[in-house]
Amino acid sequence: MTEEKNKVQFLSGNEACVWAGIHAKARFFAGYPISPATEIAEMCAQELPKHGGFYIQMEDEIGSIAAVIGASLGGLRAFTATSGPGLALMQENIGYAAMAEVPCVIINVQRFGPSTGIATKPAQSDVMTTRWGTPGDHSLIVLVPSGGQECYDLTIAAFNLAELFRTPVIVLTDAVIAHLREKVTFKTKEELFLINGDKRVLRVTGLVHDNFGYSSDVPEVAEKLITRLAQKIEGYQALLPRPRFYGPERPEVLIISFGISARAARQAVYLAEQEDLAVSLLELQTLWPFPEEKIRKIGAKAKTVLVAELNRGQVQREVRACGISPEKVRGINKIDSTVITPSEILNEILTIIKKNN
Amino acid sequence: MVIPDYKKYLAGERLPHIWCAGCGNGVILKALLIVLAELNFKHEEILLATGIGCICRAGDYVSFQRFQGTHGRTLAFVTGLKIARPDLKVFCLIGDGDCAAIGMGHLIHAARRNLDVAVLVANNLNYGMTGGQFSPLTPSKSLTSTSRTGKTETPLDICRLAEAAGANYVARTSVFHHGELRKFIREAISKKGFSLVEILTPCPTYYGRYNKIGGPGEMLTWFRDKTVPLNKYLQMNPEEQKDYFWRGKLVERDTLDFYTQGEKMKRPDD
Ligand SMILES: Cc1ncc(C[n+]2csc(CCOP(=O)(O)OP(=O)(O)O)c2C)c(N)n1
Ligand code: SF4
Repeated sequence: MTEEKNKVQFLSGNEACVWAGIHAKARFFAGYPISPATEIAEMCAQELPKHGGFYIQMEDEIGSIAAVIGASLGGLRAFTATSGPGLALMQENIGYAAMAEVPCVIINVQRFGPSTGIATKPAQSDVMTTRWGTPGDHSLIVLVPSGGQECYDLTIAAFNLAELFRTPVIVLTDAVIAHLREKVTFKTKEELFLINGDKRVLRVTGLVHDNFGYSSDVPEVAEKLITRLAQKIEGYQALLPRPRFYGPERPEVLIISFGISARAARQAVYLAEQEDLAVSLLELQTLWPFPEEKIRKIGAKAKTVLVAELNRGQVQREVRACGISPEKVRGINKIDSTVITPSEILNEILTIIKKNN
Repeated sequence: MVIPDYKKYLAGERLPHIWCAGCGNGVILKALLIVLAELNFKHEEILLATGIGCICRAGDYVSFQRFQGTHGRTLAFVTGLKIARPDLKVFCLIGDGDCAAIGMGHLIHAARRNLDVAVLVANNLNYGMTGGQFSPLTPSKSLTSTSRTGKTETPLDICRLAEAAGANYVARTSVFHHGELRKFIREAISKKGFSLVEILTPCPTYYGRYNKIGGPGEMLTWFRDKTVPLNKYLQMNPEEQKDYFWRGKLVERDTLDFYTQGEKMKRPDD
């Protein structure tokens, strides 16, 4: 368990997620092995029983998320971990958890896709799948760590937010940060603020239901429910982890990034600073709901906005949708299963600045 | 027989129910509630878990804890729930499509783990909710909305499958045989570990109409005539067997259930 003093560990992102779960009092994990998330299951099988918890290996990912939802309804803080193909299978029941308001945490370690893709290589192409993968109008929370420490901090946040908002929360990492070993500082007992759930099951259904949990097909009941489910999250974005900002307020180039690409961007900002260039970085911690207001405000002060991501521009589209003039928004993207490097970003910055002046 | 006060488990204010006139689902629900009353469970001790389908609406008519999952996944949800709440008595009420088609994988694994849960399969021989398509349990040659000239596939014996997968209790009956129905439900609920009762039940709206069996009454006598006790069925030759459903108790054993076995392996010295 967490100590009085902050313990410092050398952990991979996957391991950091598991320790976060244990410290956040998660006591149930159901999963199905898949690269690059498998170590999370392996470690849960080993560690959870030592902390009075349970590991169960389900027959597939549909069963894994279902068991997680069942355990959560039974009063255990519960999570699962997977990657693209597994996330695809979980989608129906993720929507169920949103509709039935069941707290649960899903760690999705992104790998190169679609389909089996390249099982061991990174990508950041599940941006839209996490947001809209489950059918229907809904809102859910997706957090995007950019390293070991963030995996730890944001996974703890995920358990609390799941409980607070009574909703599924996805922690979206990638194959690189999942395996990258870094220094991670554990929280002390005092620093761990935990929201507590309830053991009672009562009446639960994924059908449109009234306030008593009885199914209903009355249009007013449906509209009220769907509005409330979205509003309870979208109306309280101030409670979600905020983006981090590095660099001058009125930059020539503002980089927007997340996950492993944000790590390269941090280094690129540092390199640009060495050359006296005004470059800033907005590193997302909450991906969904998309921090529109913040991006609109900060983006307005930048000459050019550069979105760095390992996909064909999924976040870039959202940035444009925030109301930043489209000609200002550029992307640096990679879809060859390798990561974006700091020097690639710096080169792009230099090209942009040359063009701007 | 004196019928105990089962109405305390009924959410009377939700009636009338959505089921068609002559549907067997109400008979199954009532049989379950009578058994609960006989065993005198407290509301907070029990939970009815359902999936999606006509029979799965039963959860809307009970006054105790109710969980309705997604189509086919009930047993996977319940696997997690029972680990968190081993004290909770859980019974699942699911259709033949829900359990034998989309949910087949979870059914096998729940039986294999010997999860402590009673599964009542309402086998109306077709998909009622979606309008009468054939299911894996629909007999060959049956007319359904997706087999207008007769089902060509071979049906599955879900009871034998549950037996092979490791269930502690398996039985089959029909809503016509209501004494036996209550007895089997009572035994299934009282049994520690995985139990399954397949209940043949009329869907006059689709299966009965398509196959020209007649109305609700004729469907009941059809089940009377189409079912034979298991020992008699075993004496029939394979060709003859094709025209009948066996009925009776197939399995009764006491293998350690999932949770108890897990706890025992954690503390081998006990
Ligand atoms: C994933 C998914 N696929 C399909 C459906 C549509 N659907 C609803 S009920 C049902 C079949 C119901 O048949 P059965 O389980 O036999 O129950 P019954 O309605 O006959 O009681 C189907 C296919 C669904 N709800 N979800
Ligand atoms: S369609 Fe069939 S199973 Fe469904 S309620 Fe009507 S009679 Fe019952």
